[in-house]
Amino acid sequence: MAAHSGGLTAVAPSGTAPSAVTSPGGTVSVRNLIRSFGPKGVLNGVDLDIAPGEFVALLGPSGCGKSTLLRALAGLDHDVRGSGVISVPERVSVVFQDSRLLPWDSVLGNVTLGLREHDAEARARKALAEVGLAGREKSWPHELSGGEQQRVALARSLVREPQLLLADEPFGALDALTRIKMHGLLQDLIAAHRPAVLLVTHDVDEAIALADRIVVLDSGRVATVRTVTPEVGSAVDAAGHEALRRDLLADLGVEPVASH
Amino acid sequence: MSAAPVLERPAVEPHQDPALTGRPDVRPTGHRLGPGRRRRLAWLLGPSALLLLWTVSSATGLLDPRILSEPWTVVATAGELLADGRLQENLAISAQRAGLGLFFGIVVGALLALLSGLSRVGEALIDGPVQIKRAIPGLALIPLLILWFGIDETMKVLTITLGVFVPVYLQTHAGLRGIDLRYVELAQTVGLSRAAFIRKVVLPGALPGFFLGLRFAVTGAWVSLVVVEQINATSGIGYMMELARTYGQTNIIVLGLAVYGILGLISDGAVRFFERKALSWQRTLAG
Ligand SMILES: Nc1ncnc2c1ncn2[C@@H]1O[C@H](COP(=O)(O)OP(=O)(O)O)[C@@H](O)[C@H]1O
Ligand SMILES: [Mg+2]
Repeated sequence: MAAHSGGLTAVAPSGTAPSAVTSPGGTVSVRNLIRSFGPKGVLNGVDLDIAPGEFVALLGPSGCGKSTLLRALAGLDHDVRGSGVISVPERVSVVFQDSRLLPWDSVLGNVTLGLREHDAEARARKALAEVGLAGREKSWPHELSGGEQQRVALARSLVREPQLLLADEPFGALDALTRIKMHGLLQDLIAAHRPAVLLVTHDVDEAIALADRIVVLDSGRVATVRTVTPEVGSAVDAAGHEALRRDLLADLGVEPVASH
Repeated sequence: MSAAPVLERPAVEPHQDPALTGRPDVRPTGHRLGPGRRRRLAWLLGPSALLLLWTVSSATGLLDPRILSEPWTVVATAGELLADGRLQENLAISAQRAGLGLFFGIVVGALLALLSGLSRVGEALIDGPVQIKRAIPGLALIPLLILWFGIDETMKVLTITLGVFVPVYLQTHAGLRGIDLRYVELAQTVGLSRAAFIRKVVLPGALPGFFLGLRFAVTGAWVSLVVVEQINATSGIGYMMELARTYGQTNIIVLGLAVYGILGLISDGAVRFFERKALSWQRTLAG
């Protein structure tokens, strides 16, 4: 099913229905996207393209509309006023900041949720093994730690072999150590499954470490786009890493602190 | 702050693990606010205490048998009525009425709650009338039901059904409406069909509310049963008690009350048992 299916709850009052199409080539394209809650515009004409397999990080100050953009791509904004043209691939998976596991279903049941293939369970087991949770299939979500829950959420999204993975601050609620481990895990998973990724984050270092391209959102528009070369992204002591970091912080309106 | 004080562990419970007996077990015991672990059969304590109080006050003559029969008289009466088959007969017909009324009430209540919780049209059509029904005491409908259906079984089962479906509807509906919208979004992102959404998200999410309604419903079913059986019936525990009243047989009346009490306790226990099984994913104070 395409990401932009109708709502599952009661029928929403019909408003200005934003257009959305499934892109044949698996690319993401957003044109002149406008979204507003009430009189104030949140997104004021966003243009964005993501190539198949490309990893894009979306940076921006809190409240600038990152989640609004991601939810538009996920087709979760039925009731939000706006316009624009969005096209996304057929298979889209979403990872939220909270792991969003159904508390009444087992870990395995959460990963197989919505899978219709006959080998769904075997695939879910494999995905759980991939995120290092083999043997925890029968656990309840509340029996797992926060990091483990988020790994289940990753398994749940990747078992669908998405062409586009949308992640809204997926590691935001985790401690620093777990976050670093999750970065490594995510990189491995992405190397194996090769989806395009849009990662919303407020962490400049996370964006540099993971992304091919960093998009900074400001005042409801794409303010800057910066490319991260593999060399710069791979190590914090690489040449250009510190400069990129400084530039991004400047994009975000943060003055460098001369403390180190 | 200094380190937490190390307290001797109160010897409330021995170790469950035999491999650990004899090892020192000194740990800081925080001030526990929850009620602690569940204990089996603990629910029997209250009813047993009540029974003990009844027995003691009867035995000491504190309680006049003309006001309340002694427990042993009631037991003897039960024996007699069992021997001539009247108790089983009346109990069976009462249980059948309550069971049928419960069944229909639960099905109707749960279905209406689903319809009204999952569609705006359903809510607009269903919720208002149910709230109106809720405002009318179920027993106030009995005269009308008698006019419509006579005094046969239909009327009795219907009265119970009408009493049962309201709490099931209200609690299930509340549970359903309380399902976190985040799970609804999730269901959409993983591409659940409407049927799968109902099966995987709506029903399990509404289950705690449903069980709460069920407990009200079960109690309510017995209450309605008493009333319909005492107003117009020629069989059933309530009829047996009503008949005993005309002959001044306190012992049979008390026996009837005891039977209702036991039935209520058993049925509530059964609901709670299934509730615990079905909601084992929940972490609550009840444990
Ligand atoms: N459901 C909503 N109703 C009203 N305002 C909202 C809603 N969701 C987001 N907003 C507003 O839109 C702006 C952008 O929010 P969001 O996209 O969540 O920002 P962020 O970049 O932090 O993810 C914020 O000012 C927020 O208050
Ligand atoms: Mg956000």
